[in-house]
This record gives sequence, C-alpha cells and structure tokens, in this order.
Amino acid sequence: MRTDLSIIERWIKPGSHVLDLGCGEGILLDYLQREKQVTGFGLEINQEHITTCMARGVSVIEQNLDTQGLGNFEDQSFDVVLMTQALQAVRRPDLVLDEMLRLGREGIVTFPNFAYWRLRWYLMHKGRMPESETLPYKWYNTPNIHLCTFKDFEALCQRRNFRIKNRTVVDGEHQDHWFSRLWPNMLGQIAIYRITREEEEL
Amino acid sequence: MPDSLPPDSVGVVTPETLHFNAPIKLTCGQALPAFDLVVETYGTLNSDASNAILICHALSGDHHAAGYHSMTDRKPGWWDSCIGPGKPIDTSRFFVVSLNNLGGCNGSTGPCSINPETGKAYGPDFPVITVQDWVQSQALLADRLGIDCWAAVVGGSLGGMQALQWSLSYPDRLRHAVVIASTPRLTAQNIAFNEVARKAIISDPEFHGGRYYDTHVIPQQGLMLARMVGHITYLSDASMGEKFGRELREQAYKFGYDAEFQVESYLRYQGERFSESFDANTYLLMTRALDYFDPAYEFDNDLAKAFGQARCEFLVLSFSTDWRFTPKRSEELVNAMIAARCRVSYAEIDAPWGHDAFLIPTPRYTDIFTSYLDRVGREVSA
Repeated sequence: MRTDLSIIERWIKPGSHVLDLGCGEGILLDYLQREKQVTGFGLEINQEHITTCMARGVSVIEQNLDTQGLGNFEDQSFDVVLMTQALQAVRRPDLVLDEMLRLGREGIVTFPNFAYWRLRWYLMHKGRMPESETLPYKWYNTPNIHLCTFKDFEALCQRRNFRIKNRTVVDGEHQDHWFSRLWPNMLGQIAIYRITREEEEL
Repeated sequence: MPDSLPPDSVGVVTPETLHFNAPIKLTCGQALPAFDLVVETYGTLNSDASNAILICHALSGDHHAAGYHSMTDRKPGWWDSCIGPGKPIDTSRFFVVSLNNLGGCNGSTGPCSINPETGKAYGPDFPVITVQDWVQSQALLADRLGIDCWAAVVGGSLGGMQALQWSLSYPDRLRHAVVIASTPRLTAQNIAFNEVARKAIISDPEFHGGRYYDTHVIPQQGLMLARMVGHITYLSDASMGEKFGRELREQAYKFGYDAEFQVESYLRYQGERFSESFDANTYLLMTRALDYFDPAYEFDNDLAKAFGQARCEFLVLSFSTDWRFTPKRSEELVNAMIAARCRVSYAEIDAPWGHDAFLIPTPRYTDIFTSYLDRVGREVSA
C-alpha cells in the first residue's frame, strides 16, 4: 500500500464508519474493512474503478461531487470522511471541505503541494506551468483545476475554523522524510492533513 | 429457433410444478388453501446449498427466464441474455431458481386456476396478491428446495421490489439483493398509468366483471390497450424515435385512422400478441401489486428505518433513460440504505432503451453484473 495510505490508516480507529470521496479502486477501503473492521462507502465516478470496487467487495456509489454534491448524506453520519488526491480536482474545494466536516467528525485530506521546491524551480527557470510526475498534465487539460500550497490550505482552514489535528508530508513516492518535515511548504510534495471543526474541541 | 444451442445457453429446460398443500395467509387477510408454483432451475445446487440465486420476474414475466423449452422455440427465456454458463448469472457456478409468481397465468395458481370451493376459475375472486405475499411463497419454495439462504435474490423492476422485500421479510435468508431498474414505491404518475391499463381491461365488454372464462371469451381489446400504454412507458422517446421515427407503412398519408405510422402498427402488434398469451385478471393483479408496494409504509414512511431490518448486501442499478423508474428513484433507495448503514453499491448505467434496458446487455451493465456476482460466487465458494 502507498505510504500516504498507510499513514491515513494509522489515523483511523478500528470499527469506524468511513466515507471515501473519490475512492478509486477501493484499495484503502478494502484494507480498512479487512484489517480494521471499518464500514462505509466509497464515492467514485470512474466507471472502471466502480466495477473494480464492486468486484473487491467495497461498497461504492456512483456520485459526482461537483454536480451532485453530498446533500444525500446526513449530518455527522460518519466517523471519518476521506479524500485522497482529489481536493485539487473539484470545483469548490472549500465547499467540499465544509461538507466533509458536516458529514464526518473528522476529515482526512491529501493533495499535492504547489509550492514544492521543484515546481517553484520549474516555474522560475522555464516560466511555464510546472509539469512533474505528480502533476503530469498540460495546463489546458488538467483535472487539477484548484492547485494550492500547504500555506494556502492552512489559511483556508483558519478562515473556516477547521482545526488541523495532524499534518504529515511525504515525497512523490509517498515516503516520509525528515527533511520535508523541516520545511514542508518548500520541501514537501504531498500533504496529508487530518482536520476537524474547531467548535468540537471547545 | 436455434439450429444448434449456443454454448452459453442453459439449453433445453423443462419447467416443474410444485404443489404446496398448506394454506398461505395473504396480506389482504384472505388465505389460499393450497397452491402451485411453476419453477425452472438451471445449474446444480452445491452440497451446502449456498450457491442458489433466486430470479424474480417483473409484470409480464414468468418462470421461463433462460434456455429453450424445445428446439422449435422461436425465442429463449426472457432473461437469457444474463443467465447461462459464462453469463453474469453464471449457471456453471450458481443454482438458479426462477418461478412464475402466485397470481400469474403461466401455471402457478392464479385467477385462471380452478377455485376448489366452486369448481370454476377464480376470476375476480382470486385474492389481491402483494409483493410480501410473493416473497412469502418464494420462502416456502426455498424451504422445499432445501435452500436456507440465497447467495443472491435478483430482479428488475417489479422483480427488484421482490428482492428488496426479501431483505426486509427474511433478512437472514439472503446474502445479496440485486435490485435493477426498480423503485421504493410507485409515484402518482406510475399509478396513473396502471389505472389507465386497468380501466382499459375492466371497461372491455368482454371482461364480464372478470368472469370471462365462463363465457369462453377474453377481454382482448382491453388487454391490448393496457399493454400498448404499458409498452410506451418501457421505452424511451429516443429509442422509439430511433426505431420508428415518423416512418409510415406506406408512402403517403391516407387521411384515415388506421395504423399508418410504423410505431402504431408496432404497438398494435405487441398489444395483440400479448393479449393472446396473457391473462387480463393477472394483469390487474400484477399492476395492483406494483401500486401497493411501499416498504416504508410500516415504518412511519421512513425508508431508512425499513432498511434497518436488512442484513444483506445490496447492488442497485438504474438506467439513464428509464423514465418509468428513473435513476432518482434508485438513488432514493440507495440513500435510505446509506442512512441505515447497509452495505450498498450503486451505478447508473448509460443506456438508450428506457426501462427495458434492464433486459438488454450493454458492456457496462454486463461488466458490473458479472464482477459483482463473481464476488458473490467467491464468497460462497461457487
């Protein structure tokens, strides 16, 4: 399993009820179901991925976050709402984050850091929109329509009164390195945030 | 008729009539003293009876879901596209059971059967049957076949309602419910279409209050009309448009009221054929069963509360152009299941054929159906 997924896995309590937004082929949910007796659903729009989930025994719902929203889910009906590598691809990341914390007591989000030093270097050196292994698309047909930096994300969390419970940064191979922890916004390639609503802690 | 049987056909099959000698109490309060169910089975039941799949038919279906009754049959069973060796419901792994429901007109006890009390056909005296009653009778059938727990109960449309009802009536007797192109309850518009169909039948002068068997006539015009109106709701505007457009049977308008457009003659042909083979009282009964189905009713109209009873896992499928039971209706089901924390998977399949799409294999439909049931098979080591 990818390192980011194994980090997420450590943050999820056994028996939790989990919603995975953009669950892909259901690898994480499948693992959580088997190893941690987790229940829950994945949302996905990729047809092949949906079929793979069904073949795996992962409960998957065909639902588009952008066009259908999450209005069909009840308030605080999940322990954890996950979204790995999809925040940058939705139309309104801020609203999706709001919704995540309406449905779940806790949200776990991963996304690529646009302030990663290689991307900064690419932009400065070439003067063109960065392309990399994590961001392999041309600017005009990329699914990643809302790229942000760790600082941007944390500013949004502050604005919305989200509390950041944990933050981990990993590199493109999803490895956890001491030096990326040192200066995450410059050296971290992918961030994993665990957030909750501020009020909850009061 | 096939010259030779395709390798993925279940081949030539023979229905069997099973007699049930104990009275069955029905939702309406009445009871049937005894009843028959006509059944077809495909494949082999394994030693622990864990590989059985129940097929529930829709309004006009019957027990003949797959294969041929003889080598001279023009067409195979109604769901032959999905049932057979290597097909989504793989008969080389599963033991598949398909029956004609109670109240039907293809051999199971129904309005055209003889009422033991009078020695005449039941006709209008046959009690109104509900989806719950069907499921109850199917559970008795399962007992008879030695099946404690179905690997899956599968159905489209009205058949999907039976699969849903199974999950509520006998939560521990099925592992999976596959609910295709179905709905948690009919809308006013759905009931309205059923009412038009019933009114067409009942107002046919040959209906004789449902006792037409005694006079050896059938309300053919009424049944034909009922089927014509029903048939329109099974197709989509686009699929009808593609099939017929405004095509005329002959070159020019004739300025009369005979069937001039191709679509008219198609509907008349479908209606006529249907009216020759289906029983009008059964049609009334089936449409009423549709109208009454409403599992939330007993749970304060809270569908999620109803699904609180369910223990099985669900696969719900809808079709993009189905306007009889739209994807929205399936989503209602799914949302209630999510709220009840049932295990459920859902997909909306893009298909142009309206409600009938559940009978027509398309790549995505077949892939999903095959993958899901493959896992069901692995679970029960089939």
